[in-house]
Amino acid sequence: MENKLEKGLTFNRKIKAEKEFNLKDFFLQWEWLLLLIFIAIHIMNSQLSPYYLNTYTLLDATMTFLDKAFIALSMTFVIIFGDIDISVGSTVALSSVIMAVLYNAGLSMPLAIIVCLLVGITAGFINGILIVKFKELSAVIVTLSTMILYRGIAYIILEDQAAGGFPMWFNFLGWGYIKNLIPVILIAFSVAAVIFYLLLHKTTFGRKIYAIGNNDIASLFSGVKVDKIKLIVFTLNGFMAALAALFLTSKMGSTRPNIASGYELDVIAMVVLGGVSTSGGKGRMIGVLLSIFIIGYLRYGLGLVNVPSQVILIIIGALLIISVLVSNLLYGNKSE
Amino acid sequence: MKKIIIGMLVLLMLFTVVGAAAAQSGKYALVVKSAGNPFMEKVREGFENAISEVGGEAIYKAPAEPTVEAQIIMIEQLITQRVDAIAISANDPEALRPALQKAMSRGIKVLSLDSSVNPNSRMVHVNQADPEQIGRVQIQGIAEMIGGEGQIAVLSATSQATNQNLWIDWMKKELEKPEYDNIELVKVAYGDDLRDKSVSETEALLKSYPDLKGIIAPTTVGIAAAGKVLTDRDLVGEVYLTGLGLPSEMAEYIKNGVSPWMYLWNPIDLGYLAGYAAEGLVAEEITGEAGESFTAGDLGEKEVIKAGEGTEIMLGAPFRFDADNIDQWKEVY
Repeated sequence: MENKLEKGLTFNRKIKAEKEFNLKDFFLQWEWLLLLIFIAIHIMNSQLSPYYLNTYTLLDATMTFLDKAFIALSMTFVIIFGDIDISVGSTVALSSVIMAVLYNAGLSMPLAIIVCLLVGITAGFINGILIVKFKELSAVIVTLSTMILYRGIAYIILEDQAAGGFPMWFNFLGWGYIKNLIPVILIAFSVAAVIFYLLLHKTTFGRKIYAIGNNDIASLFSGVKVDKIKLIVFTLNGFMAALAALFLTSKMGSTRPNIASGYELDVIAMVVLGGVSTSGGKGRMIGVLLSIFIIGYLRYGLGLVNVPSQVILIIIGALLIISVLVSNLLYGNKSE
Repeated sequence: MKKIIIGMLVLLMLFTVVGAAAAQSGKYALVVKSAGNPFMEKVREGFENAISEVGGEAIYKAPAEPTVEAQIIMIEQLITQRVDAIAISANDPEALRPALQKAMSRGIKVLSLDSSVNPNSRMVHVNQADPEQIGRVQIQGIAEMIGGEGQIAVLSATSQATNQNLWIDWMKKELEKPEYDNIELVKVAYGDDLRDKSVSETEALLKSYPDLKGIIAPTTVGIAAAGKVLTDRDLVGEVYLTGLGLPSEMAEYIKNGVSPWMYLWNPIDLGYLAGYAAEGLVAEEITGEAGESFTAGDLGEKEVIKAGEGTEIMLGAPFRFDADNIDQWKEVY
């Protein structure tokens, strides 16, 4: 036992300052495989449906899956910690319901939108505080509780009713086009994706997220404010859920307490397929972005040829299992 | 390196399925509330029959979960496929508005069936229940059962239920006809669509009116409760029961003779009518304005009528379930 520990310590000391660039390793990255799948899906879809391969369809299709993709961006941070947040679907419902009820009570729409975002931030902040303050509770348990709690509050507010009647301009978020071609949601998502990419890969904040994911105790002793960063990330996740709520509500034109059910699982699937390890510390934004579009286009393409929705679920499930298997096959034996 | 090649081959194999090219005839889509709903499977059967009769291609879409989000995505996919018509049974009357309006703005004909969308999101709604026929047919049924004379009672849902009250009004109008002079409607009781209340209301009816010959229960909960009471008290052949019931719940009482027959709408006909209505819209035979009419295959001439803010097409007389066909239908819904 002691011997092993000593061996581990000496091994850990052999850290190289600069990783050498290796062409083989570069092309063996998970992201290349995702790119291959991405291309394969487009080839398959265009063979399946004559309507698939044109600019309009490809751009229009993004409107069907990008709302939840906003949450995948921040969920990537959470999963790099080795944590998880399953309350996001309920946060979407709660912020959307509160926005609709306040708007119908006479609040102006811009204010209602701000409240919606504040509700998301608060919901995320509560998750964060609970996780940081009660270390004995895992993030799964905390967010499972708040998942039920937030959804419950949404039900108390609206019961089984719908609320809507938003002004026409609000439709623009979910249904609008720029220059009659590019969906508004695609532009918004692109901006968010760039911000999250820079945040994760080009800032010390991003570095710290990886550090915490690899070893939170070591990070703490190296002076990283683990609790603060976790709190920020969970709050950010709540904010992104509220942002998704805006686009989803706009898309539906009205809201009810049961919207976005199952979103948490869709979002986690996007992140995991993107190569982010649930045990923490691994994964990159590019992979998540590719996987968002892989799952989205796969669903859309199969839907275009009217494959029954249960079969689509099976295919996506199989894709997830196989990609996790392949990634273990390829990269599993590397962590000797 | 070998492992990588194997891995990539496995992944590529997933995507080598190539589908058949779609036919170029008219495409008619049916979007239902959720997959695995036996009622909707029958609607689909009728819809597909109608579409094959007019020589089009029927597309069936059922979301895995009964959510509006899933239905919106399906509508977008149907818009991309450039279908000619979308018939939808909505999971929410209002939330589909933007999606359906987009479809209509692209020239797709939109109609709802079974569960309607708001009038501004559709061209016409296919309604399974024509209140007049539903009311009248139940009086005709009970009159035949009791031999044209005696006391009858109605066991309804709540006293405020709009559709039941409308049907009961039509029952009363039917009773004004001279052929029913010997039939007396003694009471309208309200079981509130609660099983136990419906049972006790039925028992109260039997006690207060010992000469009661027939009960009409125009609600699925009420008719099942009344069937149970009449069976338990062994009143087969003495007090007859009819009304609107679910075949799966009523099979027992239809077979033991308590309720020789009862009514509900036929999902196959509902789908069939929706199919022809979709075809009528696409062929521009109708536009969804009140007063228009078209021929719906075997169902004959149908008229578009005004209903509230929008327009509807009525399916007509409800379907009759009796001992001969109940075994086939009790599995359905």
